[in-house]
Amino acid sequence: MADIAPIETRPAAPAGALRRLMRRKLALFGLAIIALVVGGAVFAPWIAPFEPDEQLFEGLSLYGEPMPPGGPFLMGTDLLGRDLFTRMLYGAQTSLVIGVVANGVALVIGTLVGVLAGFVRGWFGAALMRFTDLMMAFPALLLAICLAALFQPSLWIVAMVIALVNWVQTARVVYTETTSLAEREFIAAEKTLGASQSRILFRHILPHLIPTLIVWGTLGISVTVLLEATLSFLGVGVQPPTPSWGNIIFENQTYFQAAPWLVFIPGAAILLLALAFNLVGDALRDVLDPTQRGND
Amino acid sequence: MLGYLTRRLIQSALILLGVSFITFILLYVLPADPVRQIAGRSATAQTVENIRHQLGLDQPLLVQYWRYLTGLVQGDMGRSYLQKTEVATLIAARLPASLLLMAGGIVCELLIGLTLGIVAAVFRGRPLDQGLMVTSFVAVSAPQFVVGLLLLYLFAVQLGWFPIGGYGTFAHLVLPAITLGIMGSGWYSRMMRSSMVEVLRQDYIRTARAKGLTRGRILLRHALPNAILPIIAMIGIDIGIFMGGIVVVESVFGWPGIGQLAWQAIQRVDIPVIMGVTMVSATAIVLGNLLADLVTPLIDPRIKLR
Repeated sequence: MADIAPIETRPAAPAGALRRLMRRKLALFGLAIIALVVGGAVFAPWIAPFEPDEQLFEGLSLYGEPMPPGGPFLMGTDLLGRDLFTRMLYGAQTSLVIGVVANGVALVIGTLVGVLAGFVRGWFGAALMRFTDLMMAFPALLLAICLAALFQPSLWIVAMVIALVNWVQTARVVYTETTSLAEREFIAAEKTLGASQSRILFRHILPHLIPTLIVWGTLGISVTVLLEATLSFLGVGVQPPTPSWGNIIFENQTYFQAAPWLVFIPGAAILLLALAFNLVGDALRDVLDPTQRGND
Repeated sequence: MLGYLTRRLIQSALILLGVSFITFILLYVLPADPVRQIAGRSATAQTVENIRHQLGLDQPLLVQYWRYLTGLVQGDMGRSYLQKTEVATLIAARLPASLLLMAGGIVCELLIGLTLGIVAAVFRGRPLDQGLMVTSFVAVSAPQFVVGLLLLYLFAVQLGWFPIGGYGTFAHLVLPAITLGIMGSGWYSRMMRSSMVEVLRQDYIRTARAKGLTRGRILLRHALPNAILPIIAMIGIDIGIFMGGIVVVESVFGWPGIGQLAWQAIQRVDIPVIMGVTMVSATAIVLGNLLADLVTPLIDPRIKLR
C-alpha cells in the first residue's frame, strides 16, 4: 500500500502560471493591447475629444469630404464629419462587451453540454453529443448572418446570436476532457469512497476543466470579436449610430478609395484585438497545460 | 469498410434532416414576415392573406415542413418568393463560381500555409521560426473583409495589377482566393510546423541522415510525405469554414456565387433561397467531414475505420 504514489486529485496550482505567462514577450504584447483597449473603452467619456455622434462643422472639408488624420482629429473624421478617434473609443466598448458576454454565454453553454454529455453518458449524453454534431454541420457564419438579419439586430441580440453558434467547439473539447477524466483512477477512488455524483462533478471534474476553460475562453474572445466585426461589416450586427469597429467600416466602405483610413484604422484595431487574445490564449495553453509543454 | 460507409451515410442523412428541421423552424418563427416583403408596403390585408394562402404559409408549421421535406428528397427545393424561379436553378447557376473561388482558396491556403510551416520546422527555435509563427497568428486574427479591402486597395486601386471586382478571368480570381485562403493558411502553417517537427524527430530521419542523404532530399522525399498526412484530412473540414467565408469575400469582391445569393436572399427574407443555400452548405460540410474520415486510412494504413 505504501508504494502507491499519491493520487493527484487537484490540478496543479496556477500560482506560478501568471509569473510564467509574464515571461513571454508575445503574451505581454497581447496583454498590453488588451489593457489599452479596455482602458480606452472604460475611460472613453473622459478621453474622447468629442461626442461619438456629434457631426462636427470642421469635420468635413469645403467639398463635404471627410478630414484625413491630423490636426484636431487624431484619426480623421468619417463621412458624416464625426471624429473617428472618438468613435473608435466608443466602438471598443461594443467589441469588448460583445466579446465578453457572447463568449461567456457560449462558454457556459459549451461547458454545460460537454460536461453533461461526458459525465452522464447514457442516452442523454448521446443525445447531447448528436445535437452537437448537428450544430457542427451548420455553416456557422451563414447561420449567424441569417439570424442577425432576421431579428432586428441590437447589441444583445448580436451577442446571443454569436453565443448560439459558438458554443459547439467548447462543448466538444470539454466533452473529450470530461470522458478522459471520468476514467482516471482518482475518480474511481472517489466513487469507491462513496462520493456522490454531484460531489465528484463539482469538486473533482470541474476544477480539472478550469485550465482548459481559461484557454478556450481567451481564444474564444478572439473568434467572437471577429464574428461581431463581420456581422457589423455586413450591416446586420450592431446598428448605427452605436459605433462598433465593424459598422464604422460598413458605413464608410463606399468611400474607402478616397478615405482609406476610415477602413484601415478600425480594421487594424479589430486585427490587433483578435491577435492579442490569440497570443494570450496560446501562451496560457503552454503555461497551464502540462501535456502541451516541451513541444518546441 | 462497406458497413462503415453505410453507417456514416445514414448518420450524415440524419444530420442533414436535423439541419433542415432546425433551419426551417428558425426561419418561420423569426419576426421577419416574407409575405410583407412580397406584397409591398401598400398591399391591402386581403392581398397579404391571398399571398399567404397561395404560398401555403397559412398551414400549420409541421405540415409546411413535411411538404418541404418531401419536395427536398425529390430534388425540389421550392421556388424563390421574389424571383419566381426554382431555387435549384438559382443555386445551380451560382454554384460553379463559388466552387471556383473555394478551389482557389484551398490552393492558396495550402501553398502559403504548408510552405511557411515547413520553413518554420526546418528553422525551429530560430528567429525566422518565431517570426513565421507570429505571422500565422496575424493571419488567423485578420478579419476577412479587412484583408479583402486591403488587397483591393493595394493591388487593384493603387497598383492596378488586378481588376477591382467581378468575375471571368484568372486575374479576377487571384485577390478573392488569397483573401479566402489567408485565415486557413495561418492554421495550416501551425499544423504543418508541429507535424513536421514531430516527423523530423523520428529515427528513420536520423538513419536517412546517417546514410549521407542531402538535407533537401531528406526533407522532401522522407519527411514531407509523412508530415503531410494528418494535414490532408483537414481540407474536408475547411469546407465548413469556407461556406461562411464566401459570403464575406463574395460581398467584398462582387463575386457572383452562392454567398451573394444567400446574402441577397437574407436581406429580402426570401426564405426558400435561404433554406436552399443552407442545405447545400450543410451537405457540403457533412460530405467534407465524411471525405476527411475516409481519406485518412487510405493515406495512412495504420488507421483503421471502425
